[in-house]
Amino acid sequence: MIEFNDYKSEIENQWCPGCPNFGILTALKRALVSLGKEPHQVCLVSGIGQAAKLPHYLRCNLFNGLHGRAIPAAIGIHVANPTLTTIVTTGEGDCYGEGGNHFLHALRRNPDITVIVHNNEIYALTKGQGSPTTPRGEKTRLQFTGVEAAQAQMLSTAIIYECAFVARGFAGNMNHLSELFVSAIAHRGLSLVEVIQPCIIYGTRLVSWYRERVELLPADYDRRDRTAALETALAQGNRIPIGVLYEGPPRPLFAERYRKRMGEQPLAELPLIRQKTIAARLAPWNRNQ
Amino acid sequence: MLDLNIVIAGAAGEGIQTIGDVLTRSILELGYSVFTWTEYESRIRGGKSSYRIRVSEKMSNAPRHDADLLLVLNEQAREHYAGLLNKTGVTLAETGEDLQTVAVPFRSIAVEQCKSKLYANLVAAGALCMILQIEFSVLKQVLTRRFAAKGEEVVRLNLVAARAGYAAVQSVPHTQQLALETRDRAYSFLSAHAVIPLAAAYAGCRFITAYPMSPATGIITAFARDEELGVFVEQAEDEIAAINMAIGASYAGARAMIATSGGGFALMVEGVSLAGMTETPLVILIGQRPGPATGLPTRTAQEDLLFAIHAGHGEFPKAVLAPSDPQDAFAKTVRAFQLAAKYQIPVILLTDQYLADSYFSYDKFESENQPLTAHIADPQAISDYKRYRLTADGVSPRLYPGQSKHLVCADSDEHDEGGHITEDLAHMRPAMVQKRLTKRKQLQQAIALPAEIHLLDAETVLIGWGSTRGAIEEAVSQLRAKGTAMGAIHFTEIWPLPDYVFAGDKQYISVEGNATGQLSYLLAAEYGIHFSGTVRRSDGLPITADYIKKEIDDRV
Ligand SMILES: Cc1ncc(C[n+]2csc(CCOP(=O)(O)OP(=O)(O)O)c2C)c(N)n1
Repeated sequence: MIEFNDYKSEIENQWCPGCPNFGILTALKRALVSLGKEPHQVCLVSGIGQAAKLPHYLRCNLFNGLHGRAIPAAIGIHVANPTLTTIVTTGEGDCYGEGGNHFLHALRRNPDITVIVHNNEIYALTKGQGSPTTPRGEKTRLQFTGVEAAQAQMLSTAIIYECAFVARGFAGNMNHLSELFVSAIAHRGLSLVEVIQPCIIYGTRLVSWYRERVELLPADYDRRDRTAALETALAQGNRIPIGVLYEGPPRPLFAERYRKRMGEQPLAELPLIRQKTIAARLAPWNRNQ
Repeated sequence: MLDLNIVIAGAAGEGIQTIGDVLTRSILELGYSVFTWTEYESRIRGGKSSYRIRVSEKMSNAPRHDADLLLVLNEQAREHYAGLLNKTGVTLAETGEDLQTVAVPFRSIAVEQCKSKLYANLVAAGALCMILQIEFSVLKQVLTRRFAAKGEEVVRLNLVAARAGYAAVQSVPHTQQLALETRDRAYSFLSAHAVIPLAAAYAGCRFITAYPMSPATGIITAFARDEELGVFVEQAEDEIAAINMAIGASYAGARAMIATSGGGFALMVEGVSLAGMTETPLVILIGQRPGPATGLPTRTAQEDLLFAIHAGHGEFPKAVLAPSDPQDAFAKTVRAFQLAAKYQIPVILLTDQYLADSYFSYDKFESENQPLTAHIADPQAISDYKRYRLTADGVSPRLYPGQSKHLVCADSDEHDEGGHITEDLAHMRPAMVQKRLTKRKQLQQAIALPAEIHLLDAETVLIGWGSTRGAIEEAVSQLRAKGTAMGAIHFTEIWPLPDYVFAGDKQYISVEGNATGQLSYLLAAEYGIHFSGTVRRSDGLPITADYIKKEIDDRV
């Protein structure tokens, strides 16, 4: 039996005391336990940022790569070893800013990975510059007169790009978040969970601002209705709905064709190609042998 | 000794490739050694391009620029390439009255015989075969094989066109000089970029990602076309994604490679550093073309040596190999995978457009290679696993995630032995710096010494690297034949530079396909040798023996 403590990491945590990131960490551990995953079956992949340090704080395999490049690394890992549960933990700067192009194309590809975006609407590790999701007009430590660009709406972008699992969670509602993670990880194909994670140091709004506005999607919400989901994702009212915004019919998986041909084992375990196979291909050119 | 250079010139879209391929195949059938290279513009239709076929009685794998037989398919090509013709050379063209020209109206014959101008190239191919006195049956067999898949009617029309061209040649000036006969020999005939994917597959490559860029696109295409090789292929959204996907795959245990040119590699550079820091094996092919920026997309150069060697921020070991020809490319590709896996480092294979597109003849092509080792540890033999365990030789046992209960943690931050972020400046940082340095030393000792060509009695020594080997060897032997005490040193394993001793009593001349002498800069810095001269070419065309001799003569 897998227990919560199996995921306990001995590494010193560098997050600020009281950071909502702790809620995300606990929710993820709980989700992995409830899915019965063992640490060696899980691979956490991240880029750089405060959020991207999460893999060090959860005992499992980890690849902590470059800023913005968690998704391509995760795609490579997933293709090389599909038996792993591959999860990206990333900040919105990492994922939508530096890695924006990879994010878009990952949605198109639909690899069977989970992407958890810690959305604190700020670049925290670099101490307070605007991020793609900082609301327009907010003053930051670089945009002194206010952010001029529009706020990125990546959940709606994901729905448009046919992502078949799009959810929003709140770091302050751990039980609900943990359930979202369970569904996201169980989903076959790319699943996206954007988590509201207010930054208690550089955030332009207080945690309470978010807490007052967050509300669960209504019980009769039809998560299979793509158009309604898009409307919900785009809504700019005073309420911030959390839950699974959209769950679509299964789409073809990335590398599916290759895997049908080669089986599900790790690429490292496939036998070496035979010399005969190479020789056969050289034969038409080897007129003398 | 027969040594004939045929130049087929025309516009993109006029079917030069087919003429060249068909003629090359026919000449190979006769038993000659054939060497071909092509040069073309970055466009789909029009412009000027040429296909060069060097025919000889012994292996002569080096380019020549001059023409003994020149086919021009249009007037623009005639104007542009006429200067290549040797004094006793022959031109084949649509029109022409002089004694050195054979006139065959390709287009009108094609329209007359096949009801389409599209067959003009086959008419020209037939005429070329007649001039070279190749039996029509040889050409017929080659054509039938080439077009079989397109159906009987296509084969028939091509044969009609070729036969008409063959018959249209009445008399040929300097006939004897151009006559080919049947020989009792057969050669292997291959190109570097055709064998590199096979060598990679042989070496265990299972994963390639790339973003299309000339002249490297053929590498990923070859894997995509040949699914039975079992290599996972993905066209990435950009080169940054390509290298990071490949590093992810390699971390997870797959042998991975990427292929690009200088401009794409520029985008990948952060990933080279990532592979260095995370100690992830990776093979990177750079097919060089002239820069800067977009440069000359379809031309050749050796401009990215220093860039490749220095690519990546921070200090970490990497190897740079520059194969000289297809045979060497096969061996070096396997070696690149082996070095990458053994030392857990990025290894760069430097080719170029000339090497990518040229076909070489060999008496025997060697595709058996050194025994392969996985360099992945046995998890059962390890109790407390740490991905970056400090060891005497700097190399830590490598496991991949999911292989066993051991957890594999890789980090782009400076890390401790377990793969977790560290800021321990007193112990861990120095230990990890030392670990990477130790690997570099080990690697350096594994690097092969340069090839020495007639070095012992040489007074003047040409020094080059990579794809110029054929031209350098040819220049050396031609100059020696004239009594000059010439020799050469040729590098194919360039970084880290091996412990090599340059004799002090010789004159060194560097030969490079760039304008600044990148290898000579490196050798001067590393070994303190002095160069008394340089041969440099940066116009986008390959270095030839004639070019080297002329540059040396101009200086002396
Ligand atoms: C190539 C590169 N550019 C810039 C940086 C500096 N950098 C580190 S984290 C970061 C932003 C992180 O923002 P986000 O992903 O939102 O994470 P947070 O720290 O807010 O959790 C930046 C710009 C870097 N490490 N690498």
